Amino acid sequence: MEHLLTLERITKIFTGTLALSDVDFDLRQGEIHALVGENGAGKSTLIKIITGIYQPDGGQMTLEGRRVVFPDARASYDHGIAAIYQEASLFEDLSIAENIYMGHQEIRPVTRNIRWGALYRKAGEFIKSLEVNLNPRALVKSLSIAEKQLVEIIKALSADAKILIMDEPTASLTKEEIDYLFRIARKLREEGTGIIFISHRLEEVFDIADRVTVIRDGKKVGTVPKDKLKVEELVRMMVGKDLKTLYPKEEVEIGEPVLRIENLSRHGEFDKVSFELKKGEILGMAGLVGAGRTEVARTIFGVENPEGGRIFLEGKQVRIENPRQAMELGIAYLSESRGEYGLVLQLDITQNITIPILKRFSRFGWINRTDERDTAKRFYDLLDIRATGIQQKVGSLSGGNQQKVSLAKWLAANAKILILDEPTKGIDIATKAAVHKLMSDLAGEGKAILMISSEIPEIIGMSDRIIVMNEGRLVSEITRREATQEIVLTAALGEKGK
Amino acid sequence: MNSRSYKSRLRELVRRREFGIFIIIVIVMVLVGLRNPIFFTGDNWKDMLMYASILAFISIGQMMTIVTGGIDLSVGSVVALSGMSVGIIMRDNPALPPVVLILLGTVFGLGCGIINGLLIGKGKVHPLITTLATMSIYRGLVVVVSRSRWVVYGDITKGFKLIARGNILGINNLMFAALIIAVVSYYFLNHTRKGREIYAYGDHQEAAKFVGINSTRINILVYALSGMLAGFGGVLWVSRVHTAQANTALGYEMQTIASCVIGGVSIFGGVGSVFGVLLGTLLFGIILNSLELIGIVDFWKLSVQGFIILVAVIFDAVLSHRVAEQMRKQRRVFDAE
Ligand SMILES: Nc1ncnc2c1ncn2[C@@H]1O[C@H](COP(=O)(O)OP(=O)(O)OP(=O)(O)O)[C@@H](O)[C@H]1O
Ligand SMILES: [Mg+2]
Repeated sequence: MEHLLTLERITKIFTGTLALSDVDFDLRQGEIHALVGENGAGKSTLIKIITGIYQPDGGQMTLEGRRVVFPDARASYDHGIAAIYQEASLFEDLSIAENIYMGHQEIRPVTRNIRWGALYRKAGEFIKSLEVNLNPRALVKSLSIAEKQLVEIIKALSADAKILIMDEPTASLTKEEIDYLFRIARKLREEGTGIIFISHRLEEVFDIADRVTVIRDGKKVGTVPKDKLKVEELVRMMVGKDLKTLYPKEEVEIGEPVLRIENLSRHGEFDKVSFELKKGEILGMAGLVGAGRTEVARTIFGVENPEGGRIFLEGKQVRIENPRQAMELGIAYLSESRGEYGLVLQLDITQNITIPILKRFSRFGWINRTDERDTAKRFYDLLDIRATGIQQKVGSLSGGNQQKVSLAKWLAANAKILILDEPTKGIDIATKAAVHKLMSDLAGEGKAILMISSEIPEIIGMSDRIIVMNEGRLVSEITRREATQEIVLTAALGEKGK
Repeated sequence: MNSRSYKSRLRELVRRREFGIFIIIVIVMVLVGLRNPIFFTGDNWKDMLMYASILAFISIGQMMTIVTGGIDLSVGSVVALSGMSVGIIMRDNPALPPVVLILLGTVFGLGCGIINGLLIGKGKVHPLITTLATMSIYRGLVVVVSRSRWVVYGDITKGFKLIARGNILGINNLMFAALIIAVVSYYFLNHTRKGREIYAYGDHQEAAKFVGINSTRINILVYALSGMLAGFGGVLWVSRVHTAQANTALGYEMQTIASCVIGGVSIFGGVGSVFGVLLGTLLFGIILNSLELIGIVDFWKLSVQGFIILVAVIFDAVLSHRVAEQMRKQRRVFDAE
């Protein structure tokens, strides 16, 4: 098989961090090459060097036998390299079609003006050919997180590239869309495209990859053909030690209901949702993307207000009009998107973790910095956040480490009720196990946890009880004992599944 | 066309911001016209539109910087500097044809704008800081180049006066210039790749990098354009008012920003239209003119300007919230059982 792309001895230094050190990597024609490693290992940095967003401090790149240097992303695009980045990279106030073709819109030869009619037509046809239901004229800001992720994928596919790079493309998608994405990826592989695929979900890696390259602390550990690889071995290469179980859920005594939702409704989002959450319980909430799970969570937390229905806390009806009231009532909400109600990228790790609980460290308006730092440090260690220290700005952390910081922030809040929306999205496997352990411990202490997750194994592995939403309705409740992948998935698919 | 789609189109139109501005313009006109009938005289309108024309195209330049997420506070000083320099050159060489003077002023402005753009694009200095500094520097230069001798009525040549007073195709030159600039800018911003890149860059600077948009070039471009338009405006300004002083166009940045904000340009970047800015300028021009006619002192005028900006921003916040709500309700409709 022919070598499409070869990287030799790539090194990248950020102020204070050696992100990559002498990394070799190669991609063949018609292969899917998975890139795995812990949060902060340097995967995204390597990707951005390939696409020309970062310039390497050492090493060289060869594309189809020729040395190449890409000064910016346009240059790599022109050489047939397209990428889906880990972070949201769409223009919210522009239409879907414009996002897809930004920078390479079709123009008339002499006047050089954009052919808008052709652009929308082409976008519409392309979207239709992928059997996706999106209006090319819709503004991106009107889409849900998963739909945005689909647009990112469509944008990369539209490039018709020789090399397709996908940095955690599955993080906000559910099983159905992931299967769909994989079908497309396999088809492209048939046609000779080289694909680089990054994911923390090892079952995905084993499902689709031909070869796997492991990076740890900026160094390459090795490249192995998938057929010669066992899961345990891969984990050892990534983490440097063995991992006992990913889902260390312990049986704890389940107490009285602390949160009860009755017929909660919001027009166009969800309809007559009712459920109970008990002390010591981890309640898993499954469903397809767009089923209305996040919307329910946001409404409970007071980000949005319900248009119908009631909320009870320990038997008493409450009105939650804004997140502050929710926090005062002992509810914490880890948002699905880190940007929104999540992190302040300009502030450091400590400040981000302690924002909701500053009161605890202040006397007469003065903040006790030592206490503040101690608390931050505890969660920093507990979640194994990889950074130069608790004073590093959150904006310069790797994606997974940012997720850990927002998790730490809500865990530190010490709430009675934790609503965790995709808590382990983008988090590496070792930390994922640690987060699961922590959730189990918190439940043991009598906290009540509502966990929204699109990863069915996580739902099954961690929940005492599972509720499933479909198109804005609660359609099914499943106990831990009877739960299997098939049952949960069929319920989530609803009518479509039958 | 069936009546249904006609109706929905009408509703669409009513919902648009431009329509709202239009309604407010009409209301203000009626109110002011009742208080002071001079408002409706042709002379008053011509005066006002001549003022608003210069404001309009400088605001279009301002809009481009705001759309990138920046701001150009130096436009007022550039107007003054270009106006003063050109005025002095004219005083020393009365024989120079006005076209040359217009070109010179435009080039001076372009130079000022390129300096802003280089500092912001290459030097990565924040636009607010950069243009705050150059605003003072350029204003200081006005005094330096004039050696404290202002350009006065007697210095203005007949040909130069004609720039503002003359007509093309029966339309006053200033209005004609504003129209042409508006059309060209509209075309540039909406129908060329570079124009769309300006919006994309202002929408999400990090993502712009991912599609290979060169931030340095975008910044140099928009500040150069803004400076160029302000330089051009400076020449027209002197031709209109017949003097150039150290305090010419003092506080003008406020007026251009106000016109943009009223016209729906988002201060967070990424959103704004030429048409909106034109209407914004028109409304703002009418309000300024009305204040004068009603006899409000200058000192209050500033407060009123600030107040208008505030109202426009709050209006925007409310509006965008309502639009988001509407989108949500349209997204998925449950069939009641
Ligand atoms: N712009 C930046 N400035 C400073 N340090 C950075 C920057 N970008 C990344 N880093 C650092 O480089 C290292 C590698 O980051 P990278 O984003 O490549 O990790 P990753 O393997 O993609 O992790 P994840 O799985 O969490 O996405 C991290 O230690 C990170 O903090
Ligand atoms: Mg990454």
